[in-house]
Amino acid sequence: MATLADGLHLSVLAAAAEPAAIAPAIGLYHYLFVSAALFALGVIGFLTRRNLIIMFLCTEMMFQAAGIALIAFSRFHLNHTGEVFVIFVLTIAAAEAALALALVVLLFRRKETLDASEWAALRG
Amino acid sequence: MTGLMGGWATLAAAGGGAAAHAAPGIPAPGAGSPIALLLLGLPLLAAALCGVFAATGNRSKLPAFTSVAALGACFGIALMLFLNWNGQPATARAFDWISLDWGAGKGQSFDAHFGVYIDGLTLLWMLFVTGLATVIALYSMEYMSHDVGLGYCRYFAAFNLFVFSMTALVMGDNLLMLFLGWEGVGLCSYLLIGYYYKRAAAVAAAKKAFIMNRIGDLGLLMGILSTFVVFGTIEYAPLFQMIASGKTASGAELASHWSVWGIPLMFAVGAFGKSAQFIFYTWLPDAMEGPTPVSALIHAATMVTAGVFLIGRLYPLFTADPALIALSVVAWAGVITALWAATIEMAIFDIKRVMGYSTISQLGFMFAGMGLLTPTGAAFHTFTHAFFKATLFLGVGAVMHGFGGQLDLRRLSGVMWMRGFGLVGIAMLVGSINLSGVPFTAGFFSKDVILAQAFTTPGTMIWGAQAAAWLLLLTAGMTAYYTFRTFLRVYVGPREFVPGDDAELLDLGRHPKGVSLDEWHAQHGHGHGHGHGHDDHGHGSDHRAAVRPDFDPTTEEFDPHPPGWSMKAAIGLCMVLSILAAGVYFMKPAVGNHGGWVAGMVGQSSAAFASPGEHHGGAAEHAAKLGTFLGYDPHKVMYYVSAGVGLIGILIAAFLHGPRGVWSLFIGNRTSAAVAPRADALANLFGPLTRAARNKYYVDEIYDALVRTPLRVLAHIFHILDQGLVDGLVNLCGALPRMLARSLRPSQSGVLQGYAVGMAAGLGLILIVVWVLMLR
Repeated sequence: MATLADGLHLSVLAAAAEPAAIAPAIGLYHYLFVSAALFALGVIGFLTRRNLIIMFLCTEMMFQAAGIALIAFSRFHLNHTGEVFVIFVLTIAAAEAALALALVVLLFRRKETLDASEWAALRG
Repeated sequence: MTGLMGGWATLAAAGGGAAAHAAPGIPAPGAGSPIALLLLGLPLLAAALCGVFAATGNRSKLPAFTSVAALGACFGIALMLFLNWNGQPATARAFDWISLDWGAGKGQSFDAHFGVYIDGLTLLWMLFVTGLATVIALYSMEYMSHDVGLGYCRYFAAFNLFVFSMTALVMGDNLLMLFLGWEGVGLCSYLLIGYYYKRAAAVAAAKKAFIMNRIGDLGLLMGILSTFVVFGTIEYAPLFQMIASGKTASGAELASHWSVWGIPLMFAVGAFGKSAQFIFYTWLPDAMEGPTPVSALIHAATMVTAGVFLIGRLYPLFTADPALIALSVVAWAGVITALWAATIEMAIFDIKRVMGYSTISQLGFMFAGMGLLTPTGAAFHTFTHAFFKATLFLGVGAVMHGFGGQLDLRRLSGVMWMRGFGLVGIAMLVGSINLSGVPFTAGFFSKDVILAQAFTTPGTMIWGAQAAAWLLLLTAGMTAYYTFRTFLRVYVGPREFVPGDDAELLDLGRHPKGVSLDEWHAQHGHGHGHGHGHDDHGHGSDHRAAVRPDFDPTTEEFDPHPPGWSMKAAIGLCMVLSILAAGVYFMKPAVGNHGGWVAGMVGQSSAAFASPGEHHGGAAEHAAKLGTFLGYDPHKVMYYVSAGVGLIGILIAAFLHGPRGVWSLFIGNRTSAAVAPRADALANLFGPLTRAARNKYYVDEIYDALVRTPLRVLAHIFHILDQGLVDGLVNLCGALPRMLARSLRPSQSGVLQGYAVGMAAGLGLILIVVWVLMLR
């Protein structure tokens, strides 16, 4: 666990400061960096956009970020647990996408808009 | 048991001084005939049958026939018991009612049998209770016929239950059975006063009677409990033995024990409540809201005399006190009540209320008799009063029935001369001369016994006996006045009437619930001439009167309808009985040598008591030890004095209220129902006093101010406390979470991004924490 944390911790610094010194080839840290970047983009997109479809795509992006991290670790540890896990996640994500898009369509039919801020009926 | 009896007999014979004034002890009871128990069973059975009739939807007069039969049988049994009676007390037991013990020691067991105790007092009461109940049930058969159906069943069920309760009260062989009957008659009184339960006044009167009686009943209950604590028994026979022995259960000397005055006082409070004596009496005039036969039976003849019976039954206890404190209280309560009620009667106009107050006043005489050491006089007056007051009430009821509920003596005149009312008038005259104490009537003799003894009893025995006697004599005169005031105004004189409110509404207020007016007419319009004039007009006209709100009974035709056969029979029977009641005074008593049959009955009961000066010892003895009437022997002169006072009262009534002509000996000058010039002038002369008396001295208002207003204020305060404190705390428990929720609720903004920021911030926080931990 400590290794993992160290790796995560270092990846951010090391990838920026001295990539060649630690890992001349593309290694775990690169993947993790991509994953983190993708996740951050997803979060930012989710927070800044009001369009329901875009927000949904952003969540998908965060999903895939997690998927990349899992695959990277799976490869790093030389087992298939993460890969199998990602297969499952993808399957569920596909089902969930169908469901979520259907929901978006229904919501759109109700109010003729995709603006998420229109749906605030449950405020306290 | 016999050994104990013998021991007690010698003890009683030896020590007359143990119980200061007690008469020779009461013999131990023998075995009585179990047939006496039927007196309890038959009315109860009849009540149950009335319930069955109600359940089966009977719409005939069957409940009335059942009741008359059952009560008539009861009277027959009572008569048979009396004729077969050997003069000794007897008990008959149905079953062990309550039998408890919590140890083997003295006073550690409680026994109450469901049984009867038969002695002179019991038989005297049972004879007139069952006799009058039969006659009045007969009267009710017709009087209540407008309510045939559920109401009729309800009426007769309560009526029979009343007779059962009264029998339990009178015949019970222990104080618990007396209490059962006492509460039972109270309940039946409540049910019957509130019979017209749609009328607010009747409901209020019923509640008032019930509540006022509860206050008195507390005294009775305390008396019974104290009796058990002090004497260790509530059964009459052992109780009387113990009192005669002069010791309490713990062996203390009774004469100096608190209970010797304390327990009788408690019982006296109970008696005052039930018998409508001073400070408790206000319920009885209001009880006149009930049907008139009920007023006649329960609120004049029988139930209200239960207090007199109670004192008579426990007379050994009352007289065990050397100072006779409780009896002095009883005497003065009676005197004040008699005088107080008489002054009210002289002013009011409602003839039924006059009878109600007159009952209170006469009950005052009975209590004064008990208190002034003549239980014979009290019992005799109870006996005669039962008949003549029932006659008067039934006569008033016939007038009320015939004139659409009219009771105002200024709106009725010459009723006796109207078709079909002759018998009613004669009966009223008989009742009135009895109540006034005209010589040779029953009321004259019984009142005379009380008055003579009142003057004889020395002030050293009963506090202020002489003053009490003079007040009673004054009251006797007032009684004659108000009685003949009613008679001379309503029954003789020019024929005139204004029908009452019920004529206008055709008894709508009373016709049974759930029956339409048409149905009611269909069952009501034929037969005995009941419908307030509709026999002559036919259905069309009375219906018109019912549906037309502008019907004015003063200008449109109204025929008073006279009483039918059963009412006439009952009135006639009561009248004859009240005349015959005078005869018992001339019967040779079984015990002693004067006072008549009643004296003999009382002499063979727990109320046996040798009144002071009973054996005419001549003027010298009277002057020395006993009270006198202006120096004469009261027993000798009282006949003439009370007759004179009564006649003066009647003459004043004739002078003030009598119509012109022979009925008021040519001294009356009343010209119409409402105009009696002299009486009106006199009433004006006493302006404020008349008004006060007419308003019943504002006693109800005073009770309202003294009892109800403080209770209301207290209730109001408690209401505010409840609202503020209790409800406040409860509401606080609800308000705190609500306030917390209100402050937290805005965090749920409903904006999707807002939640996302929260999640992101949380994630960020975790990252920062992890980072910080890493750096350490």
